[in-house]
Amino acid sequence: MAKEKLAYDEFMKGLWRENPVFVQVLGLCPLLAVTNSAVNGLAMGLASFFVLLGSSILVSLLKNYIPKQVRISCFIIIIATFVTVVDYSLAAAMPVIHKDLGAFIPLIVCNCLILGRMEAFASRNTLRMSVADAFGMGAGFLFALVALGAVREIFGVGELFGITLFGPNFEPWVIMILPPGGFITLGVMLLYFNWVEEKKNKIDKQLAAEDGVN
Amino acid sequence: MGDLGWIFISTLLINNFVLAYFLGLCPFLGVSNKLEVSFRLGLATIFVMVVTALCAWILNTYVLIYAPYLRLISFIVVIASVVQLIEMVIKKLSPTLFRALGIFLPLITTNCAILGLAIFATNKGYGLWEGLVYALGAGMGFTLAIVLMAGIRQEVEGANEMPRLIRGFAFNLIISGILSMAFMGFAGLFSSS
Repeated sequence: MAKEKLAYDEFMKGLWRENPVFVQVLGLCPLLAVTNSAVNGLAMGLASFFVLLGSSILVSLLKNYIPKQVRISCFIIIIATFVTVVDYSLAAAMPVIHKDLGAFIPLIVCNCLILGRMEAFASRNTLRMSVADAFGMGAGFLFALVALGAVREIFGVGELFGITLFGPNFEPWVIMILPPGGFITLGVMLLYFNWVEEKKNKIDKQLAAEDGVN
Repeated sequence: MGDLGWIFISTLLINNFVLAYFLGLCPFLGVSNKLEVSFRLGLATIFVMVVTALCAWILNTYVLIYAPYLRLISFIVVIASVVQLIEMVIKKLSPTLFRALGIFLPLITTNCAILGLAIFATNKGYGLWEGLVYALGAGMGFTLAIVLMAGIRQEVEGANEMPRLIRGFAFNLIISGILSMAFMGFAGLFSSS
């Protein structure tokens, strides 16, 4: 029972409390490059999710056989293997999306989020915990990708998942689907997260002060 | 202007790796707080990129035609090892140069701009010279972007009026957005594309 709770805790940690994008600011390159629509964000998120899960499982199984000195290279080769699998299966199953994402699927290898989880978590924990961690982090990354993609798509073309939202008088805010829009949207989102954090800290401090008085 | 010159200008300004393709954002946002350091990082990146283009061309021409599915793994492994090797050689031959580039070389190898360069050059079917010029343009574009960014950040962080809430990553991203918008102005530079 206690173990189950721990695994659940690891999952929630990745999804929200230590969200890889909004809190740790990792994995920015694929995040900004492909999120000009929610569908692309979803596809990229699922691809990264699969790579993260697969390599977490493999690394945590092999952790006792990988020599410490060359561990980073081993992690990268394991990740690259999974990315190749994803790349080829996506090309076969969904050629349109594969073409949209283009060179950014192979670039999942360089996502510092994935390598970071291997080094910081999967190579030090049991299989069970690593799977929970990979699920949480993967879901957190997926959430960020879809959120960013949705915001940019709504403002940039007035659609969400390809469904038109506004009437014919809507004038699309084109800059949002171009590169600058990505930077600025993420900047504003981080600002929002900072603000929420600051407000929470203030309330915590106030509560602590009141406790002291009582 | 010749074909090579066109490739150079277009990767340097129009399709800038950082500001248009979002490659190499980690060093761009992480190491851009000092002007001098970011300039040296840029130089080291140019160097690694040219080496990468050479490696990628050799691999593509002689090895990967037999096993295209190994492309990703072999790119990563070969580029990382060659950079490591060159680092050792530089350390032996020129300690000054090593001190200038040294600590950055291994870091740069895992930068997504490097792998992105190799993959883009392959996808575009560039030959040896085109690949090298492409690498030079991409590297100098990266240097330009990171030096501009470092300059702006140094100025801004000297000013104390900034609200505490916006400092840090959020603000850097918004500056990058504005820089990226400025670079979009180059998009009409050539009509031939």
